[in-house]
Amino acid sequence: MTTTQLPTPRHAAAPGPVAPVPSVAPHRRRPGYLREQVSGWGMIAPAAVLLLAFVFLPAILGFGLAFTNARLISPRPVEFVGTDNFARLFTDPTFWRALLNVSYFAVVVVPVQSCLALAMALLINKKFRGVNFFRTIYFLPVVTSMVVVSLLWLFMYRKDGLINEILSTVSFGLIEGADWLNDPATAMPAIIALSIWQAAGFHMIIWLAGLQSISGELYEAAQLDGASRWHRFRYVTWPGLKHTRSLVLVTITIQALGLFDQVSVMTQGGPLDSTTTIIYEAVRSGFKQQETSYASAISLVFFVLVLLISAVQRYLTREKD
Amino acid sequence: MKNAIRLSSAGAMAVRILFAAVAAFPIVFMLVSSLKPDQQIFGDMSSVAAFLPIGNISLDNYAAVFDRVPAARFLINSIGVSAITVVLGIFINSLCAFALSRMQVRGKRLVFTAILATLIVPFQTLALPLVWWVNQLPYFELNGFSLEISKGWLDTYQVQIIPFIANAFSIYLYHQYFESIPKELDEAARIDGAGWFKIYRQVVMPLAGPATATVAILTFLPAWNSYLWPLMVVQSEELRPVMIGIQYFFQLNVSWGEVMAYASLITVPVVVLFIAFQRSFINSIASSGVKG
Repeated sequence: MTTTQLPTPRHAAAPGPVAPVPSVAPHRRRPGYLREQVSGWGMIAPAAVLLLAFVFLPAILGFGLAFTNARLISPRPVEFVGTDNFARLFTDPTFWRALLNVSYFAVVVVPVQSCLALAMALLINKKFRGVNFFRTIYFLPVVTSMVVVSLLWLFMYRKDGLINEILSTVSFGLIEGADWLNDPATAMPAIIALSIWQAAGFHMIIWLAGLQSISGELYEAAQLDGASRWHRFRYVTWPGLKHTRSLVLVTITIQALGLFDQVSVMTQGGPLDSTTTIIYEAVRSGFKQQETSYASAISLVFFVLVLLISAVQRYLTREKD
Repeated sequence: MKNAIRLSSAGAMAVRILFAAVAAFPIVFMLVSSLKPDQQIFGDMSSVAAFLPIGNISLDNYAAVFDRVPAARFLINSIGVSAITVVLGIFINSLCAFALSRMQVRGKRLVFTAILATLIVPFQTLALPLVWWVNQLPYFELNGFSLEISKGWLDTYQVQIIPFIANAFSIYLYHQYFESIPKELDEAARIDGAGWFKIYRQVVMPLAGPATATVAILTFLPAWNSYLWPLMVVQSEELRPVMIGIQYFFQLNVSWGEVMAYASLITVPVVVLFIAFQRSFINSIASSGVKG
């Protein structure tokens, strides 16, 4: 252990609402110091060991494996192969297609879903009779698992399914529905629609939390100044949602890039690779073809993308004052 | 002026109802279809009958689900895996947060920073290396009186549970909550001669109910809904969770009514939980916002 001269000022400087006051002179250990260290580490250890084993190690391993020829089950020892996996990845047209597909997905989903979620939050932010009913209904899709949602919409998207029947009814028979999931042109838009349907309620709650953190006095003051409804939104609500905004954008973008469940259940990447995604390709190579190394390379590229996106969005929504 | 306000609030109500209809119609369609034979589902599709439990209504589809696949087994697997993950997660993560928040442990700042750093890594990044990694781990099995050691965790229960017990976000939530509980309470208990674990169990945890509810919900939902992970690590039929079970069931080319019955069966319990604990659900989602 350390000498008695290593005192406690750093602990005393620890932040927190109630900073503990050292009850003894800093150069002497308090009674029970050793016991506190031992029990403290004993309490931290279970979670720390598990995080080390199942987050830190796999993250480092993933980084390392991407430069080897490791297979999921193989009698041969793992060998270092340099950047071979990346060379193969960047010349693989399916990978570029996957990148294009998730970009398409993200470019549509991020603005549409965040706006819809904000609209829903504004609609139920006021107190009125039945507000709980609407909040419950809006949130129902979120508690429905994506696998169930995908199977349900797979059924509704059939050529003779519910979506086409509804389209035909509301257009008085004018619109003849597509074979949504079997046409490369409509498969991705169909997946986009159901993804927004499922997740908008989640971000509605996050917007709602942001809305409720804006002080009511600001609205009263604006009203006294005769601000119109639009002006109140533009000059009170919108600036008040600054942090929530960047948060919603980052989380939706990262979720969009990680698109997997819907594709795996509904289209298996088809037709003609029109719905394949980065994670779907990683699972296809790493699990189905057991090429752990190649899949690790894909995962690493995915991680770099996620980091880049959050860095860019943080920069764009940084404090400007 | 008054009329204008009334008109605009009527407009807002119309929009609310439209949104509610869009949010609810697939779920209503799923529940209603689960009670009908396929022929009637397709027959009703072009009218409002698609959303009404009328006509030839029965629970036959539900009976067929249990006949064709061990659906009860899948349900028990998912309930067991989720419950164990939630209970152990609450214990281990709150214990860790307790020491990080309320004890003066040397090096805790570094540990806490390292834990928070893991939040930037999405699970999808880890999933593939993790499959390889769990396949290298030793597996101890008590066979009678002899301990057998084999390699690889694939196709077991623990591979569905253990990697998901410790969770940086749960630790963070508990840590935030513990910081708001006055530390004088600990001091008082210590003067009374209580040990640290006793303070954790009898002083702090009973006050942390809201944090525990949030952590329970945020652990339960992904555990119940998990799909990507068990898809890769579970092969045996008897170990499958519900989400893998339903996909497998779907591939058997069963009738749509039966698929809808299975889908309702694994959705309704979560919806009931949500309606019963609505406030906690909403709060936990709102708190998961700070993750970004």
